[in-house]
Amino acid sequence: MISNNKKEEASSTRKHVLSRKLDTIFIDLYNIYSFLLRFFKEVFVPPYEFKEIIRQCYEIGYRSLPLISLTGFIMGIVFTNQSRPSLSELGATALLPALISVAIVRALAPLVTALITAGRVGSNIGAEISSMKVTEQIDAMEVSAINPFNYLVVTRVIATTLMIPTLMCYTIFVALMGGFVNIHANELTSFTSYFQQVFDATSFLDIFSSLIKSILFGFTIGMVGCYKGYNASKGTEGVGKAANASVVTSMFLVFIEELLALQIINALRAG
Amino acid sequence: MKHQSPNIDRTKCVISIKGLRKSFDDFHVLRGVDMQLFQGENLVVLGRSGTGKSVLIKIIAGLLKPDSGSVNVLGKEMNHISPRELDALRLKIGFSFQNSALYDSMTVGENLEFPLVRHVENLSQQEVDERVRTVLEAVGLSQTINQMPSQLSGGQRKRIGIARTLILNPDIMLYDEPTAGLDPITSMDINNLINEVQVKFNTSSIIITHDLTCAKATGDRIVMLLDGQFQYQGTFDEVFSSLDERVKSFYDYNFID
Ligand SMILES: Nc1ncnc2c1ncn2[C@@H]1O[C@H](COP(=O)(O)OP(=O)(O)OP(=O)(O)O)[C@@H](O)[C@H]1O
Ligand SMILES: [Mg+2]
Repeated sequence: MISNNKKEEASSTRKHVLSRKLDTIFIDLYNIYSFLLRFFKEVFVPPYEFKEIIRQCYEIGYRSLPLISLTGFIMGIVFTNQSRPSLSELGATALLPALISVAIVRALAPLVTALITAGRVGSNIGAEISSMKVTEQIDAMEVSAINPFNYLVVTRVIATTLMIPTLMCYTIFVALMGGFVNIHANELTSFTSYFQQVFDATSFLDIFSSLIKSILFGFTIGMVGCYKGYNASKGTEGVGKAANASVVTSMFLVFIEELLALQIINALRAG
Repeated sequence: MKHQSPNIDRTKCVISIKGLRKSFDDFHVLRGVDMQLFQGENLVVLGRSGTGKSVLIKIIAGLLKPDSGSVNVLGKEMNHISPRELDALRLKIGFSFQNSALYDSMTVGENLEFPLVRHVENLSQQEVDERVRTVLEAVGLSQTINQMPSQLSGGQRKRIGIARTLILNPDIMLYDEPTAGLDPITSMDINNLINEVQVKFNTSSIIITHDLTCAKATGDRIVMLLDGQFQYQGTFDEVFSSLDERVKSFYDYNFID
């Protein structure tokens, strides 16, 4: 808080070097950088709020299950159904299980899980922390010598970083089940032969890179929500803005990270 | 009118502020505040909205940094205090927020436990419950222990906020507008609570308010915060015998009919 205010003062008394807008962008970047730095400093420092981490994992992971189940399952059905015509033109409907498993494991599951949790969890974190800031609950922690960063930010970021890869694995499973339902209905493929083909088509690198991506997405979603919440402007409109900005920013970053990861993974595959 | 508390020791200064200045952008809120809080006394700070009363006690609690001037709390200079010393100091300061600042996601009982279990080591659950019950009784709200803050009235929230700070047995209490937005009878309850806390928990307090009834009922000494400085201090009657137009209008408009 103190260092925060020092920064605020420094930024307010400082003359605008470039245009006002450009300056705020640089100040923002600096703040994000120091927020990240603070996270990595405090994540290793006790006290460890295990109870709160568990509670957040429950909130973020378990409570997202219904939405993820529904979306993942429908995604599996729809994607399979839409892919069928182009494959059947080539007379290659037998390749359907392999195709959908590659698409789901490599691309769809990590991305869809991240986008859905960015919407549900990111906005939640942004709104919760910003309303705590606006109603001085964060100050209240500070004056009772409890580190609010440790209690609020570290716990939530750890929870999203753990839970989003877990949810991603679950999404893969549910989406493949959706695909199976559709394929079984049309091609009468049996359960074992479907999953045999699915496993044959996916490599270790596929799963591994998706897990790494999901960990990155989870970290991003938690971090953005917390950052936007923690730096919300005073007043109730700050809460709405923080929630909104959390979703928009984290979705944007997820896509950027997806693109970068794609380049790296392709390089790995080629190499 | 309040009877002067017998516990006041005017030779011991728990908070001492000299030449405190604070501004936001080009807006000078505090312009050279000098003040002392003595052991065991209730000091009321009166001032209009936006004069920087909240800013003042936030500086005392280390939530804001002063631009210049010295702030000494329980012998510690706030300008060069290490984070660890600041944490230790904050345990001796109870801060009752203007809007109570109860943790929304926790029940009343959990709100009270929250600082306790993090700062007092080796407490059994039984001892924690006992302490929670004691402070809840002190504020007269034992029945609310399992309720959420959203289920409480404004006056109840204020009391729980006070209870939450009492649970660590602070030496100094900082009340930010304890009676703002409450009806006269609830206000009087809060005033009595503040006086009880002063005696029972042996605290020195700063009470920030623009409610003259509260000032009269709780203040051993009163100061006016005018134009970013402390002016006119003394007992209630001494302050309001002043002929300063700003002080007089403060008094007059309080009892307008
Ligand atoms: N963090 C901040 N950033 C910028 N300006 C601030 C900040 N905190 C307070 N101020 C300004 O300082 C002035 C004094 O605010 P403060 O909250 O201390 O008033 P107050 O005396 O407590 O009023 P009230 O009786 O309404 O609570 C206000 O004009 C406010 O705009
Ligand atoms: Mg105020």
